[in-house]
Amino acid sequence: MPTINYVEPDGQVLSVTVDSGISAMEAAVRNAVPGIDGDCGGAAACATCHVYVDPAWIAKTGTAADGMEKDMLDFAEDVRETSRLACQIKVTDELDGLVLKLPEKQH
Amino acid sequence: MGAATMEASAANAIPLSKINVSNPDLFVDDTVGEHFARLRKEDPVHYCADSAYGPYWSITKYNDIMAVDTNHKVFSSEAGVGGITIDDNNVKSDGLPLRSFITMDPPDHDAQRKVVSPIVAPSNLMVLEKTIRERMQKILDGLPVGETFDWVDNVSIELTTQMLATLFDFPFEERRKLTRWSDVTTAEPGSGIIDSWEQRTKELQECADSFMTLWNQRVNAKEPGNDLISMLAHSPTTRNMPPAEFLGNILLLIVGGNDTTRNSMTGSVLALNRFPAEFEKLKANHALIETMVPEVIRWQTPLAHMRRTALADHEVGGKMIKKGDKVVMWYLSGNRDEEVIERPEELIIDRARPRQHLSFGFGVHRCVGNRLAEMQLKILWEEILARFSHIEVMQEPERVRSNFVRGYNYMPVKLHV
Repeated sequence: MPTINYVEPDGQVLSVTVDSGISAMEAAVRNAVPGIDGDCGGAAACATCHVYVDPAWIAKTGTAADGMEKDMLDFAEDVRETSRLACQIKVTDELDGLVLKLPEKQH
Repeated sequence: MGAATMEASAANAIPLSKINVSNPDLFVDDTVGEHFARLRKEDPVHYCADSAYGPYWSITKYNDIMAVDTNHKVFSSEAGVGGITIDDNNVKSDGLPLRSFITMDPPDHDAQRKVVSPIVAPSNLMVLEKTIRERMQKILDGLPVGETFDWVDNVSIELTTQMLATLFDFPFEERRKLTRWSDVTTAEPGSGIIDSWEQRTKELQECADSFMTLWNQRVNAKEPGNDLISMLAHSPTTRNMPPAEFLGNILLLIVGGNDTTRNSMTGSVLALNRFPAEFEKLKANHALIETMVPEVIRWQTPLAHMRRTALADHEVGGKMIKKGDKVVMWYLSGNRDEEVIERPEELIIDRARPRQHLSFGFGVHRCVGNRLAEMQLKILWEEILARFSHIEVMQEPERVRSNFVRGYNYMPVKLHV
């Protein structure tokens, strides 16, 4: 079971261990990680699960996909090259140890 | 037999093909829910061949609405093809399309939305919070205790209008003009607000003139103010907007910041009267305001629908929608979809995922002011709970005659300390 590390804006790290196959948004919501809302339930349609992928992991997660993910990220706050919607990152064994930084607030 | 039961049988007695949920009368007596319940069960993607607004499709289930709302390439919001309400006239003034970013598709939509979104960004909301709370306190402290008065006019309208005047830096003493223009924008003749389309055009022109004056005062300022008009006047994207587009965007921001929050504020009081056990839960634990606020916004669903126009043939829920068809996403029905929301008719203030509702829409047109709306409701209830033990609703509220704005004209209440 892979472990995902969420870094809060104040630097605090919350590590959760979850089943492969769910999204990094679901992993956060199910484990009550603050700062990830996931209002739309995983359809890349609200941009309230905005995260910054740690640069060391971006090759494995990939950057934001064309289409809905990029369209919606367009309206989030302080979007960077490593910005993703956590609902579009599928947790796999390969992502064991993944580091995701959270923005100050979700718009 | 209770009124609800009688209405349920009335809704079931109509042939399916004759069901017309756009009839504004069904919203006045709040019986439209029975018709939606039948459509969700028997014909979730329903074609109505004949209505006052022409033929249209009704999308009534949560997941089908989500599919349409997130497919902006097929389902257009563009004013030129029909806009975002079932009534084509709503996006027009004097026959001209009133374009604003809610009635545009990408990429125009994206560019204009980005101009106004900073005013409701989290960082600016923190600045606004203090002002909102002070005004809220003043309004609540001025209310009579133990006497019957209208909550809609004295609290919901007053508060949202003050907020809007602040966002526009609009002359504060003239702020009720904003309320009027908001009502006029979404009204149709016969609603009790306007008598004719001509009257609507005339009043909207007065609105345009008033804002054009403010624009002219602010466009040449060396230090642009932190208000919405200055933002539009100074951004390279919007400073050369055609007049109809300027008016369109102003009206969008007025309606978006006014009707919706106003009616959720009234709806929150009504809901907690209808579900007294939930109110007791709230009083015992004020921290539940956090989840109560989005739940109230779901329960109220202050905008009953959004409309799209199909740009291509496309299947939704097993039905083939044809290019050019009018498609109405009934958020009010999706928010009562028992397959997605448990016990959807009930207000349950501690739901596990209360933000999973359709009231703000989803996709690129998702409400830009959603966090501001939630913040206003949150502060309202924090300040109410600090003062009053109960807000008693004295009789059934009088509802707005509209299939778009789901709201209240009048709701008498009595405050108890």
